[in-house]
Amino acid sequence: MTTELMIEMNNVHKWFGDLHVLNDVNLKVNKSEKIVICGPSGSGKSTLIRCINRLEEHQRGEIIVEGTELTNDSRSIERIRGEVGMVFQQFNLFPHLSILDNVTLAPIWVRKTPKAQAIDKAMEYLKRVQIDDQAYKYPSQLSGGQQQRAAIARALCMEPRIMLFDEPTSALDPEMIKEVLDVMVGLAEGGMTMIVVTHEMGFAKEVADKIIFMDEGQIVEAKSPDDFFNNPESERTKTFLSQIL
Amino acid sequence: MNTEIKDNIEVTKPPIASIGIIGWLRKNLFSSLSNTILTLLGIYLLYSIIPSFISWAFIDASFVGSTKQECSKEGACWIFIKENLKLIFYGLYPSEELWRINSMYFVLLVCGIYILIPNLKYKGLVGSFLLILFPILSVVMFSGGFGLETVETRLWGGLFLTLVIAGVGIVLSLPIGVMLALGRRSKLPVVSLLSTIFIEIWRGVPLITVLFMASNMFPLFMPEGVNFDKLIRALIGVMFFSAAYLAEVVRGGLQAMPKGQYEAAQSMGLSYWRMMALVILPQSLKMVIPAIIGSFIAIFKDTTLVLVIGLFDFLGIIQFVGTNPDWLGFSHEGYVFAAVIFWIFCFGMSRYSQNLEKKLDTGR
Repeated sequence: MTTELMIEMNNVHKWFGDLHVLNDVNLKVNKSEKIVICGPSGSGKSTLIRCINRLEEHQRGEIIVEGTELTNDSRSIERIRGEVGMVFQQFNLFPHLSILDNVTLAPIWVRKTPKAQAIDKAMEYLKRVQIDDQAYKYPSQLSGGQQQRAAIARALCMEPRIMLFDEPTSALDPEMIKEVLDVMVGLAEGGMTMIVVTHEMGFAKEVADKIIFMDEGQIVEAKSPDDFFNNPESERTKTFLSQIL
Repeated sequence: MNTEIKDNIEVTKPPIASIGIIGWLRKNLFSSLSNTILTLLGIYLLYSIIPSFISWAFIDASFVGSTKQECSKEGACWIFIKENLKLIFYGLYPSEELWRINSMYFVLLVCGIYILIPNLKYKGLVGSFLLILFPILSVVMFSGGFGLETVETRLWGGLFLTLVIAGVGIVLSLPIGVMLALGRRSKLPVVSLLSTIFIEIWRGVPLITVLFMASNMFPLFMPEGVNFDKLIRALIGVMFFSAAYLAEVVRGGLQAMPKGQYEAAQSMGLSYWRMMALVILPQSLKMVIPAIIGSFIAIFKDTTLVLVIGLFDFLGIIQFVGTNPDWLGFSHEGYVFAAVIFWIFCFGMSRYSQNLEKKLDTGR
């Protein structure tokens, strides 16, 4: 497999007021690579992935997604967002639309897919995350795990080339975490390029090609899972690992 | 572990005094001494008002006849309303042209009922007919042209005029209000500033002042010979006034939206307008339906103020016919009739609002 560079971040900085939330971040993600980002809260990990589809603006450095640099040009931002799917901690399904309408909204309005075709594809993805029987319900009628799987299906329906997960299981009851992680493992096995912010270290061990540890806006450590868990270099990583494992 | 289970669990019922009508009365009307006193006081108040009103409005009232002399002295004289019904409903609109108004009422009624019946097809089509073609058709039908005799707007009046002003105000102010609300929250400073200034100016002025300005000041600023119809000026005034209020109502709804909804819509590549039209506005407008309908009701009732610029709306014309020498001394009947008609319209809107809320509720 030839390596194709999907995301490139060079010397990226971001501030919230005076707070330096991203401090000289450099990151390269190849096609089909799975990156897990972990770190204490407030370390900038969510901000980092939110910069990739420009839900947050970086202030210095450059971010290149699929060969397009992220600038203020709203056309190219919208195009990149079509290629980059995102799954949120709070699911963020649209409560006024049925699950099926949630999932077909973007294909119909952004991709201009004919409605019938969009529905076919939506049902296919809903089946893949095993909630095709819930297609005509509203989000409020579903459990948290089902909602998050619907949100994943919604992102997948745009046939993105990259998937971003921002703590996808943090808002879920323990018994529902597995059903969401299973979907994500399946997605990883299918060769999707993924960046996942999560505290699920079991998932990281099983799926990640690379684990990135962030603290205070910096990438402290970036290693393969084996190295990361067995030979962490920095003290901060060791402290973090001792707290969560 | 051993747990004994009783074989015959007695089916117990709650005590009689806590259920049914008696229970309800006890709980809600006579639960304490002060509550009991209030209840008795309330009953006494109703007892002293309602029977005398009923005997005035119905039992002693006169319904048959055509002149003042046929009215009884004790009760209401509904003959007054009956004899002036045409004026009250249509103003001075020429009698032979009334069919134009009536046929538009009929179309409106049929379309309205069609839309209110659940689960019918082509509702969108009927709705867009009402919003786009119906107003254009109304202009032609009401004011004339295309072979119809011209009827000047100074002849328009009564309930008809009230419905025209309120209808135009309501239908046009909502989209304008939405645009102003979006404008005020815009990231572009110029758009935001202009929207804010517009909203605050219109909200800072009483409607009566707006109408005065529209009627008396506005012509001073216009070039010689250019003359807008007085009704159109009043309509524009009412429309912008209402739009400014609605803008703030809608802005409230927009602000109540969780940030995640914006982010989810953006992350799928929806453009600003699509995001607003498909995701944000449907939800935030739904949240503020009661306040929006509240504004509509306020506008409907505020149309009575057009009297000050010489337009005779429903209430204005009732006051006017009360000054007719043939019918002096019947203003009570006029006001009661006006109140009943206003109440019917406002209550209708209020019920529709509740109905709509229930229908659109999909949970959160």
